Amino acid sequence: MSTLNLTLKIWRQAGPEAEGKIETRKAQNIPIEASFLEMLDIVNQQIIETGGDPIHFDHDCREGICGMCSLTINGVPHSKEVGTTTCQVHMRKFNDGDTIFIEPFRANAFPVLKDLVTDRTAFDRIIASGGYIDVRTGSAPDANSVPIPKEQADWAFDAATCIGCGACVASCKNSSAMLFVSAKAAHLNSLPQGQPEKDKRVLSMVRQMDAEGFGNCTNQYECEAACPKLISADNIAKLNRDFAIASVKEAVAMV
Amino acid sequence: MSINANIPEGPMADKWTNHKMNSKLINPANKRKFNIIVVGSGLAGASAAATLSELGYKVKCFCYQDSPRRAHSIAAQGGINAAKNYQNDGDSVQRLFYDTVKGGDFRSREANVRRLAEVSVNIIDQATAQGVPFAREYGGLLANRSFGGAQVSRTFYARGQTGQQLLIGAYQALEKEIQKGGVEMYTRTEMLDLVVVDGHAKGIVVRDMRTGKVSSYAADTVLLATGGYGNVFYLSTNAMGCNASAAVKAWKRGAYFANPCYTQIHPTCIPVSGEYQSKLTLMSESLRNDGRIWAPKSPDDAAAIRAGKKQASDIPEEDRDYYLERKYPAFGNLAPRDISSRAAKEACDEGRGVAKTGLGVYLDFRDAIDRLGEDAIRARYGNLFQMYEKIAGENPYKQPMMIYPAVHYTMGGLWVDYNLMSNLPGLHVLGEANFSDHGANRLGASALMQGLADGYFVIPTTVANYLATQKPGSVTTDHPEFAKVEKEVTDTIDKLMNVRGTRSVDYFHREMGLLTWDVCGMDRRKEGLEEGIAKIKELRAAFWDDVRIPGAANGINMELEKAMRVADFLEFAELLYIDALNREESCGGHFRGEYQFTSESPEVIAGKTQAGEALRDDENFCYVAAWEFTGVGEEPTLHKEELEYEDIKLAIRSYA
Ligand SMILES: Cc1cc2nc3c(=O)[nH]c(=O)nc-3n(C[C@H](O)[C@H](O)[C@H](O)COP(=O)(O)OP(=O)(O)OC[C@H]3O[C@@H](n4cnc5c(N)ncnc54)[C@H](O)[C@@H]3O)c2cc1C
Ligand code: SF4
Ligand code: FES
Repeated sequence: MSTLNLTLKIWRQAGPEAEGKIETRKAQNIPIEASFLEMLDIVNQQIIETGGDPIHFDHDCREGICGMCSLTINGVPHSKEVGTTTCQVHMRKFNDGDTIFIEPFRANAFPVLKDLVTDRTAFDRIIASGGYIDVRTGSAPDANSVPIPKEQADWAFDAATCIGCGACVASCKNSSAMLFVSAKAAHLNSLPQGQPEKDKRVLSMVRQMDAEGFGNCTNQYECEAACPKLISADNIAKLNRDFAIASVKEAVAMV
Repeated sequence: MSINANIPEGPMADKWTNHKMNSKLINPANKRKFNIIVVGSGLAGASAAATLSELGYKVKCFCYQDSPRRAHSIAAQGGINAAKNYQNDGDSVQRLFYDTVKGGDFRSREANVRRLAEVSVNIIDQATAQGVPFAREYGGLLANRSFGGAQVSRTFYARGQTGQQLLIGAYQALEKEIQKGGVEMYTRTEMLDLVVVDGHAKGIVVRDMRTGKVSSYAADTVLLATGGYGNVFYLSTNAMGCNASAAVKAWKRGAYFANPCYTQIHPTCIPVSGEYQSKLTLMSESLRNDGRIWAPKSPDDAAAIRAGKKQASDIPEEDRDYYLERKYPAFGNLAPRDISSRAAKEACDEGRGVAKTGLGVYLDFRDAIDRLGEDAIRARYGNLFQMYEKIAGENPYKQPMMIYPAVHYTMGGLWVDYNLMSNLPGLHVLGEANFSDHGANRLGASALMQGLADGYFVIPTTVANYLATQKPGSVTTDHPEFAKVEKEVTDTIDKLMNVRGTRSVDYFHREMGLLTWDVCGMDRRKEGLEEGIAKIKELRAAFWDDVRIPGAANGINMELEKAMRVADFLEFAELLYIDALNREESCGGHFRGEYQFTSESPEVIAGKTQAGEALRDDENFCYVAAWEFTGVGEEPTLHKEELEYEDIKLAIRSYA
């Protein structure tokens, strides 16, 4: 089995109020088949053995679907690999002797809790503000009563694959959450079921996003490049249009 | 305590309708006075919390992740069953009911399964209305695929991300209710114990995982929807945080634990590659719609492949053994999971495994790609193929996938009656955490169905039967029992922090996993289980003697979180082995090597089944084993719920 010896430059921060700093560590004998998080597991076992405090990072499914893992790897959220979450990055993509920088997802709206762990609950509050279709359990009509053209369903699906990880925010120099918000808007607004609440949804979600302290989108589209689910920035343009229309309707008191 | 399943009277097909009619109602003004705690925000927890809040109850919902959207349900890939019969291929509620009972090897409670099949159709309607983007045909109607153990196409799916899309639907419904004020959500908050007041579950003690603060919440009833215990095996397809702590704590407070030995090994996972490995990755069962499973006929070919001297494509057609198609011609590659897993093990035990470790067989798409083209296969399974390539480093469009069975799901769980209430009054259990619907083996695409059935449609009706007997708000956290349990929890935390030993939590978790896989994996035997029981006691003692937890208990401490879960698993593992030892028969996922058909069995000679298949003992074991806790390391007390089959005839489970 081939192995790697690496130098890690890792962000360490004891708590939300503590000052953080970059710590340098050796990671030795890392099997190339290991995942990036398994590499950190190995390092953590060594830290524990020598009486230190292990590196804290969020993770759960380790399959690229729950959105819990984060990490900015060599300056890029989820690493420079396209369409990949941190938990799916494997060490075979690195070379022996590499130095790797590992930092949290940085944004004012995502405060650091410890080391690489951040608080991303702002995303939940954005969804709560309107990212849903209000349908009481038990009141739904037969699922096949409204046929939806496959193309339209596929488009909604592409937007719905967002895992709520926040890499889009971390990659944006303004810390804008537009890709995340526009993905949810596109998912629900493009389906017939989502029409009745469309205007309200767009207005509430955008306003909640602003209230949470996310920055403005200046159309740089770093987000699209960092997104592990390849959510398209076209959704942002669509959201801007929908928001403009909804605002006008609101101004003339139609919403 | 009594063990009465409270199955409604009347013919099987009318039981649920009758029960709904006869269930207590609580008027809207009174609903607002009742507090309900829901622990868990997966499909079962999120759907229950949202629906109960819609009905007017006041709900508090807890999860250990940073957001309810991250519950392990998110990882389900393949699909969800429903008896819609949209394909007009002869499906019906009765057929789904029958397939599920048979799939469970006749060890589930008929009435529950019948209800599950009935409400399955409502789930699809509900999810579609929420905007869940199920796969569609060009005509705009919903599409279906087939899953193991069924000869009809009744599985609804959303590419390979069905769990994600269903969970996001339930999560959005939950967030909607949070916004409306009906649900208070507590994220990064772990339940560490259950509080029982005068014999009723009335609250929980939790730890805020950000600050380490331990505190209590009281309610009129507590719902656990905390998922399965697959991580007792350390390596499984479950998320890293999945744990049995809530269920184990409830067990220790008096709730019976049912059928823990029914664990599911999934036949198609990416094989283990090294010791550093933290989890295993599932390759969805849906792949078996188009992939063919095989191993070389000759051990020599297999050895050459393992040594890197041959590739799959070097093995000519006549030297390949498509063993599922050979042994189970009627179901072929879609034979149920327990049967497919054992068949893979058998091939590898014969020296025909193809992975470097010897533990792996092929899942081959060559024929499907020839027939349909690479694009069609990409459209169906693109994300799974991509996931495989990332992990295995090989292109599955060119070389067949290598797969091996891995722990995936747990059919056992806390015992519940027809109302989903435990023998411990006031405690309700939903989703994978309960034991009720899948018997000894779960069919693919039925867990999502069960979780959502429990949360959206069953508990909102049945919880009233308990609540109507209670005065709302009668117990608060001022009751001395809360302070007492809180103290027990903080004492345990202090004790763990003060062991200051030399070995990490992961060390103990891995050891426990290896032992469990060894003695209680795909082939269990008496001696092994007895040895396992002795060894797990030793390992538990070593843990409390020598575990090392760095850092402090206040603030985020992920080693402490893991340690508390592993401590509970170490107690649970013993119960698991005891149950497996007690059940002297083979059924579904529980295969006891001593109990299998042989070439001399009359049923084999009569051609009804084959040598090596599971040998059930309906005479002596047609019951649910519900275990009562009597003390750590003490023999638990067995209570039996006899299973009576009114509608479906007990039969040899044959897929030939
Ligand atoms: C990889 C994979 C693929 C699968 N694919 C399919 C499929 O295609 N079809 C299918 O039908 N089934 C599938 N399954 C099974 C199915 O996903 C699960 O059985 C089901 O989602 C479980 O849902 P649940 O709501 O019961 O629990 P979970 O989704 O596991 O949720 C548990 C919840 O409890 C919380 N929790 C747990 N303990 C505590 C505690 N102590 N304190 C606070 N909160 C706690 C967690 O935070 C979480 O919110 C799959 C499973 C896996 C592992
Ligand atoms: S849009 Fe992409 S980067 Fe942003 S939260 Fe969703 S999945 Fe993550
Ligand atoms: S850990 Fe779930 S997406 Fe990475």
